[in-house]
Amino acid sequence: MISHETVIYENSFSLEGRTFKNAGYISRQVKTLLQRMKLSKEVARRAAIVTYEAEINICSYAERGKIILQVTPKRIIIEAIDEGQGIADIKLAMKEGYSTATEKIRHMGFGAGMGLSNIKNFSDFFHITSKVGKGTHLKMIIRI
Amino acid sequence: MTLREVQEILEAEVFFGHDQLGMEVKTAFGADLMSDVLAFAKAGSLLLTGLTNPQIVRTSDVLDIAAIIIVRGKSPLPETIRLAEELNIPILGTKYILFETVGRLYMKGIVGCIEKVSDKRDFS
Repeated sequence: MISHETVIYENSFSLEGRTFKNAGYISRQVKTLLQRMKLSKEVARRAAIVTYEAEINICSYAERGKIILQVTPKRIIIEAIDEGQGIADIKLAMKEGYSTATEKIRHMGFGAGMGLSNIKNFSDFFHITSKVGKGTHLKMIIRI
Repeated sequence: MTLREVQEILEAEVFFGHDQLGMEVKTAFGADLMSDVLAFAKAGSLLLTGLTNPQIVRTSDVLDIAAIIIVRGKSPLPETIRLAEELNIPILGTKYILFETVGRLYMKGIVGCIEKVSDKRDFS
């Protein structure tokens, strides 16, 4: 859907799963990059929020993952691809308040069942696919 | 009001951000769930929380939160203070419980960053 657009910036970031050690590091880098591109505060903030939520999910539920950032003149495309347990029922996982979080995740202040719906709310386009035992793929687009 | 006035009202200790006490703040959001903070808190607000881990700073950073107030007399973890320094986000601590912290600030004019949740999307 973006083949006709020129990608003016692309970067990929790797993230270790099952630990919160680096959670938030990638969203900070994404925000800094977008701010340097002189994009609006709102756009940079929304991109940082969806990236951070995706990071939290990888840190919570996956073995490892990567986040790919692409910027075109019209939009920001963020993909989060992980290797992990996957999601059995996406419709249920999208429901606010539904969560399979462990005590450790909740202890960090997450796992309230808001993450995926929050990503959807802060994106202009959101698509999720998942395979149990394989992993999850999120795609978010924010219009500039 | 200024962050300095907030500090005085709450008799708060400043863990980081002495040089930023002159900043103006008008609104706040209080929660221990960072998931809810991410969903509802607005840019420029104070974050009032009982959590002390580095994710309170990360969450504040992505949301453009003005300053963090840790309630119930807790101290931030050393790595939390280090991250606050790196990302330049003031972090204070008060002995008041969340309810008292909110009440004292509200009486002096700080209001919630939203009144109620709404169905409409708002990205501010």
